[in-house]
Amino acid sequence: MAEIISAATAIQFFKSGQTLMIGGFLGCGSPQLVIDELLKTDLGNWTLIANDTSTPESDRGKLIVAHKIKKALVSHIGTNPQTVAQMNRGELEVELIPQGTLAERVRAGGAGLGGVLTPVGLNTDVAKGKPIIQVDGQDFLLEKPLKADVALVYATYADKYGNLSFYGSTRNFNAIMPLAAQTVIAEVDKLSETPLDPNHIVVPGIFIDYLVVRGR
Amino acid sequence: MELSKEQTQEIIARRVAQEFHHGDVVTLGIGLPTKAVQYLPPDVKIVVQSENGVLGVGDYPDENSADARIINAGGTMVTLSEGGCFMDSFMAFAMMRGGHIDITVLGALQVDAEGNLANWCIPGKFTPGMGGAMDLVVGTKKLIVAMEHTAKGAPKIVQKCTLPLTVAHKVNMIITEKGGFEIRPDGLYLTEISPYSSLEDIRQTTDADFQIDIK
Repeated sequence: MAEIISAATAIQFFKSGQTLMIGGFLGCGSPQLVIDELLKTDLGNWTLIANDTSTPESDRGKLIVAHKIKKALVSHIGTNPQTVAQMNRGELEVELIPQGTLAERVRAGGAGLGGVLTPVGLNTDVAKGKPIIQVDGQDFLLEKPLKADVALVYATYADKYGNLSFYGSTRNFNAIMPLAAQTVIAEVDKLSETPLDPNHIVVPGIFIDYLVVRGR
Repeated sequence: MELSKEQTQEIIARRVAQEFHHGDVVTLGIGLPTKAVQYLPPDVKIVVQSENGVLGVGDYPDENSADARIINAGGTMVTLSEGGCFMDSFMAFAMMRGGHIDITVLGALQVDAEGNLANWCIPGKFTPGMGGAMDLVVGTKKLIVAMEHTAKGAPKIVQKCTLPLTVAHKVNMIITEKGGFEIRPDGLYLTEISPYSSLEDIRQTTDADFQIDIK
């Protein structure tokens, strides 16, 4: 059973210096309410694991603008000039990770794997400092798993058991990150009064600790 | 003849569209590569995959059907074609990396005679990140680079990429407004000359050795 809490209450699960996973692809399927509450606090100095740093006006992007992120592990920063500026000034450490590798590293973290072997990034800057492992004569990069203290994700629908399902292209990292964090908060559009159809559940409820319901 | 930016892009997009076969599953980079879909012959239907978790990207929506929960990798609102589906990022990239995509079309900052591609970083100037570009190119059965032949007059087809690579030895074909090239085991071949260019023009604007095998 997931506990239903308000966005303002959710901030108690965050501490400065933690590693956070935040779901979303640009603004699509991105949690917002809890981020807006975090912006009101003095908390920060976070390591952010996310697909991208969004735009300066929205969701994760606002955390960058507010200088709350010390390190970002992301695949793309081009839509947030603030990320680029802070990186160039040495205020923000950015590790750019190929998007599919990022997804696999998060998945590995949540699935109890010691990492993944991928051909992506061989013979590029991404391979620097990483072990190359041969399997059946083919080279692969060893990419290590990622885990977080808190995962903040979005879902379109939830039930009181924490089961999640999604509309459209909002699944992205929201369906992967709940497995890889100690504490998982899902911000949802709709809380169903009846259990979701078990055949349509994308994220099993056991991964979700807290639900923040929009429009309440 | 001087081509406008729009004309140049249309010439390239029209030519790229000819590479698609009915039923192909394709992934298209943001910008110019995405435009190729507009020029498909009516009898050719393809399945467009988008890295953010859409298989079967459809037309752009009208005002009534626009939904911010359905976007492509460029963040533009799209619709879903009949038979299409949504998926998470893990599945979207498994699809690419695992060899399930027939054709990938991407832009480039530089592409070289060995099939190396650089399209994600100009050190010190432009570091948007690779996004999905490195994964997109790894598993695809055919990698086409579609781009303007030069950038502010400077050649983008070079003997050896000087910018950080996206992938090594993987590009199969280059399509520009001036012509078409193939990267074969023994090097770069010019295979098409566009009506808007000439061999002399291509020689002057290409900074790589190439052989000629016009189809």
